[in-house]
Amino acid sequence: MSGNGASSSSLNMISGEDVVNNNLTALVVDDSPLLRLLHDIHLKKYGLKVQVAENGKVAVDLFHLGASFDLVLMDKEMPVMNGVEATKELRAMGVTSMIVGVTSKDGPGEQQAFMEAGLDYCFEKPLTPEIISFLLEELNKHNNKD
Amino acid sequence: MDLVQLQRQLVDYRTSLYHEGFLDEQFTQLQSLQDENNPDFVVEVVSLFFEDSERLLNELSKALEQQIIDFKRMDGQVHQLKGSSSSIGAHRVQKLCIVFRNYCEAQNVEGCLKCLQQVKHEYGIIKTKLESMFQLEQQILNAGGSIPV
Repeated sequence: MSGNGASSSSLNMISGEDVVNNNLTALVVDDSPLLRLLHDIHLKKYGLKVQVAENGKVAVDLFHLGASFDLVLMDKEMPVMNGVEATKELRAMGVTSMIVGVTSKDGPGEQQAFMEAGLDYCFEKPLTPEIISFLLEELNKHNNKD
Repeated sequence: MDLVQLQRQLVDYRTSLYHEGFLDEQFTQLQSLQDENNPDFVVEVVSLFFEDSERLLNELSKALEQQIIDFKRMDGQVHQLKGSSSSIGAHRVQKLCIVFRNYCEAQNVEGCLKCLQQVKHEYGIIKTKLESMFQLEQQILNAGGSIPV
């Protein structure tokens, strides 16, 4: 899975109840405690086991230590190591998790540059229930193929 | 005031916050995440927003008092404020942050000063309104009622 950008307008509306999954793990990488809490609770509502990291370096270090996650929500602008650098490093390490960039609604090139770092998808923050449902559907499809 | 009146007052108050553009649908999303496993979720998230905002507004005020203004750093701070206000549905604050970022990019000191005052003003209003709303919710719970959706 690489570089498949998707806009929220192309999503199928899937009920959240259809995708509750107790086997998936997620890492929320964001320097904002508010966004970490928001995405943490949101993903837990769908049955995921969630860890959080406050910047890209913490996220990369987790993978270096042997952690693995099905889904990584990666903020773009963070201190110490930003989302672009962290994504590049994770892909260079051979990480095949679904990495989803979350950005603010800013310049036109912002999402494109982030996608090129190795994201699977990129969405504006905060993620909506419809987007999370879509991501979980994609994860389930991917896991069923393995 | 009896329980039914309190509940009606809360519904009317919440409706007015959306109608007047103080809150947007993101706040509704927040409320939908609150349940018996996370009964104080909205208050927790909004409290983080208050802490974040006050810190950032303080830093922005100090930044604009400097002889040499670091517009790039300020832009980063406004970006954070925009992100957190958008995450809780604080619509007016979020919109002002977009304008503020444009002034930072243009390195327009007057524009930044004006925007900062406007953001502080709108932040003050939404903080008061949300605190009033939470107080009303607490009154309803204390009277043995449930919070209407």
